[in-house]
Amino acid sequence: MADKMDLLDVEVWDGNMAASQAMRQAQIDVVAAYPITPSTPVVENYAGFLANGYIDGEFVMVESEHAAMSGCIGAAAAGGRVATATSSQGFDLMVETLYQASGMRLPIILNVVNRALAAPLNVNGDHSDMYLGRDSGWIQFNAYNAQDAYDLNLIAFRVAEDHKVRLPAMIHQDGFMTSHTAEGVLTLSDDDAYNFIGDYKPMNAMLDFEKPATYGVQTEEDWHFEHKARQHNDLMTKVNPVIQEVFDAFEKETGRKFDFVTNHNLDDADVAIVAMGTTVDTAMLVADQLREEGKKVGVLGLRVIRPFPFEKLAAALSNVKAVCCMDRSAPGGTVGMLYNEICGAMYNSANHPVITGYVYGLGGRDMTVEYLKGIFADGEANAAAGKPTTPLQQFIGVRGPKLNFL
Amino acid sequence: MFEIRWHSRAGQGAVTGAKGLAEVVSTTGKHVQAFAFYGSAKRGAAMTAYNRVSDKRIINHEKFMSPEYILIIDPALIHTADFTAHEKENTKYIITSHLNKEDVIKSQPKLEGKEVYVVDCMSIAMDTIGRAIPNTPMLGALMKISGMYEIDFFKESMINVLRKFPQKIIDANIDAIQRAYDQVN
Repeated sequence: MADKMDLLDVEVWDGNMAASQAMRQAQIDVVAAYPITPSTPVVENYAGFLANGYIDGEFVMVESEHAAMSGCIGAAAAGGRVATATSSQGFDLMVETLYQASGMRLPIILNVVNRALAAPLNVNGDHSDMYLGRDSGWIQFNAYNAQDAYDLNLIAFRVAEDHKVRLPAMIHQDGFMTSHTAEGVLTLSDDDAYNFIGDYKPMNAMLDFEKPATYGVQTEEDWHFEHKARQHNDLMTKVNPVIQEVFDAFEKETGRKFDFVTNHNLDDADVAIVAMGTTVDTAMLVADQLREEGKKVGVLGLRVIRPFPFEKLAAALSNVKAVCCMDRSAPGGTVGMLYNEICGAMYNSANHPVITGYVYGLGGRDMTVEYLKGIFADGEANAAAGKPTTPLQQFIGVRGPKLNFL
Repeated sequence: MFEIRWHSRAGQGAVTGAKGLAEVVSTTGKHVQAFAFYGSAKRGAAMTAYNRVSDKRIINHEKFMSPEYILIIDPALIHTADFTAHEKENTKYIITSHLNKEDVIKSQPKLEGKEVYVVDCMSIAMDTIGRAIPNTPMLGALMKISGMYEIDFFKESMINVLRKFPQKIIDANIDAIQRAYDQVN
């Protein structure tokens, strides 16, 4: 029986430690992992907890991230609670197995500590790896800080393992900006955290010999489409009600409220910044400063990236006149994902704000208060003009002459 | 909100120092951040670490900072690092050096006219801890100059922060904190 850990009500943890502690409290059966910066401490801390008697489960050291996720898939199919962590190139290498995990409907929890993708090699935070995973059929939760990384881990286990869902889930946090920034994190006791997640209830476990089950079968033209359609149907219709239920239960337990989108003063705002990760927090700070100057600005944070909350997002933006979409990933010859998705969400809604896109922060480049003030100023000009006053795509914070497209 | 920037070499304990300070501050009900710029820095490479302290929840995640205190825990960095970057008019400098304040300022004219304090954290660390890890003595000096906390309260808190270490190491660090508190000027 694992020892309990006495936690302070507020612990000074970085995002990695916050994720590790939530994983410990979940009492996972199998963690198969391969270390990569900046997510290494997630599994390093976890292995330390296990070595010190705080965890009963297995920790499997493997030879690559492909093997790590493969090990997780095997253990999840066998009928256990399973999780791991990765970043960047490790996530790249996992991609094949990510689709296996979601296609087999295995509720694995993956902490993705977001980092740039090589080349050129870079260990710092941006959202390139997160964007790479967005069609993989996983649920994707987005943390803005270490507190979120802790809370969303607890939430993700309960959502993913619900028998109405049975899909894997990622919790994204910004490399270094969240993962290596220590801050105060409000904790749950080990018992409260575990009871919130609940016991793991296996479904079609391979190790249940009374009810033999097969995972990862071949389906050609005869059945493949039906499987994928059913998975998509569940993502579109069954996952969000469970997420809402778990968000509500979490608020009841802790007082901390989550929603599919974070609506910060949007109801009477003319201008909205839409962002993910730490930029949501910093943008809220800037929006509050601008409000004091009488400027009607707000922020929308995307908390649940997949399934994409189209209706909730369109509702939150139903009164704004201009939207500035902030993508922390190089779109490789098109507009950023957020720009695209926001346009898609707004096109058939009653409100048609001016929508512009920004690419920023690649390879850990700082997103500063000053840059955000400039972006809000662009939005105000667009709102006043009723049309874009800038190119549709601007690069923010890159050296050299100003870079704009479209 | 007040902000601190540490100039250090990787391996000298600036990150541990920043996190230790954050743990103490957190127990007093204030909000904190402690972070660093690493890159792929190897031991000995110049690096910076940061603290933010506030009565309100800190939601600013920009790395940019105009600090109230700049702590330099490696003596050579005042000659190689851009340690005055984004300073304020009233930014206070606490510098590790075996030289006295006059000679430190003479050796780095950028410091002229600034509020400079000097303490030999390196020698203190060698004499107490026995290793060149000048992070905890710098915290003792910071307590003296900033008046953030009473030194006895701070030492008690640091005993708790260091609780994982053997008693001998805890005692040495507390001794180092007190010595730097007494010697900084």
